Amino acid sequence: MMTWASGWLIYGLTGATLIGLGLFGFASHTNLLRRILAFNVVGSGIFLVFGATGFRVPELGADAVPQALIITGIVVALSATALAVSLITRHASLSGSATLPDDDREDR
Amino acid sequence: MIDSLFDLVLCALIIFVAFAAVSGRDLFTAIVFFIVYGLMVAIAWLRLEAIDVALAEAAIGAGLTGVLLLGAYGRFKNIDAARMGSWVPLPVLIVIALAATGLSAAVGVVLIALDPNGLGLIPAVNANIAQSGVFNPVTAVLLNFRAYDTLLESIVLVVALVGVWTLADNSAWGQRVGKTQSVRANGVLQSFGRTLPPIGLMIGIYFVWAGSSQPGGAFQGGTILAAVGLLSAMAGLFPPPRVNDARLRLSVIAGPILFLAVAIAGTAWGGMFVLPADLAYGLILAIEIVLALSIAITLMLLVLGPPEMTETPQ
Repeated sequence: MMTWASGWLIYGLTGATLIGLGLFGFASHTNLLRRILAFNVVGSGIFLVFGATGFRVPELGADAVPQALIITGIVVALSATALAVSLITRHASLSGSATLPDDDREDR
Repeated sequence: MIDSLFDLVLCALIIFVAFAAVSGRDLFTAIVFFIVYGLMVAIAWLRLEAIDVALAEAAIGAGLTGVLLLGAYGRFKNIDAARMGSWVPLPVLIVIALAATGLSAAVGVVLIALDPNGLGLIPAVNANIAQSGVFNPVTAVLLNFRAYDTLLESIVLVVALVGVWTLADNSAWGQRVGKTQSVRANGVLQSFGRTLPPIGLMIGIYFVWAGSSQPGGAFQGGTILAAVGLLSAMAGLFPPPRVNDARLRLSVIAGPILFLAVAIAGTAWGGMFVLPADLAYGLILAIEIVLALSIAITLMLLVLGPPEMTETPQ
């Protein structure tokens, strides 16, 4: 079978695309909640790249080490997201803005 | 060929949904697409035969993160449309797009250059699993071979919760966690809140128990239990706990403390985290049960957020 058509590589390249998409979203919005969302897309892209490399020989099944590290990563990503969301909602309730002060320029 | 066609279609859909989540017109659309995205990535994990990761992604990546983002969206309603943020200026946008494309291409090149027949650590895991005390290789890695990572991860959860709670307003300290929920009596949320928890409870406990030999484990089971608690709290079936409740705090740290105690006890057998093969099963099971409880409560508290003063309905 040709390499480009093998399953793991399709998912690995999808992960690579997601990393770029997430980075683009992270830097292109000033709304902090949208940045958090995009950051999570970067994270799951990295997980997909990592997990796909553990499935290069399908006959042996998926490598357990990347799987375990990815599960750890998913939980840590949620912890970071929860902390960030709390910071953002606190910032929003104190300042009345969904963006950082530097990005608030055109507004009153 | 059909198989790889399915993979291609799934990957195309994942990229499309991710694009919609990142560039969706308004915040609410973006969040809904993000939840759909998480579920589709979970299907991708099934295709990669990583069932444990699929469970974690569906429960945490799509489920709990989705609830967190939707909760934050609800609190953004009072913000002026003019202060909701916008896109960065076009020239900057072009530079970012080029940089992001370059990064994706670089990662892709590295992937294509990898040895397509690389085995990774599969032989090492297979050679040692008999001494690990469990039959699910993922659980063996999480709670035995790389137990350090998992211990530190369970501590990260506690530290994140401390961080979230420090953001509470002084006047709200000592109140119940989260925002006061207003639920329509016998509405959809309350009906689901009554129907789903018993089923979720059973599935969550099963996953914790099954984790030693089949897909499942403390984190996957704990997340489902957290979802049960969240749903019941959001449906107003029980009041969320108070932040200064000693039993609550004890249940948050019980898992990491037991884990740490077992790790230190391992020095008697030759070093941190050395589990003797004949005791490993019992020790891992005990850690998993207590850890699942701590994870469930900590995740629920993380998603509920810091205590807030009761808001008067508008």
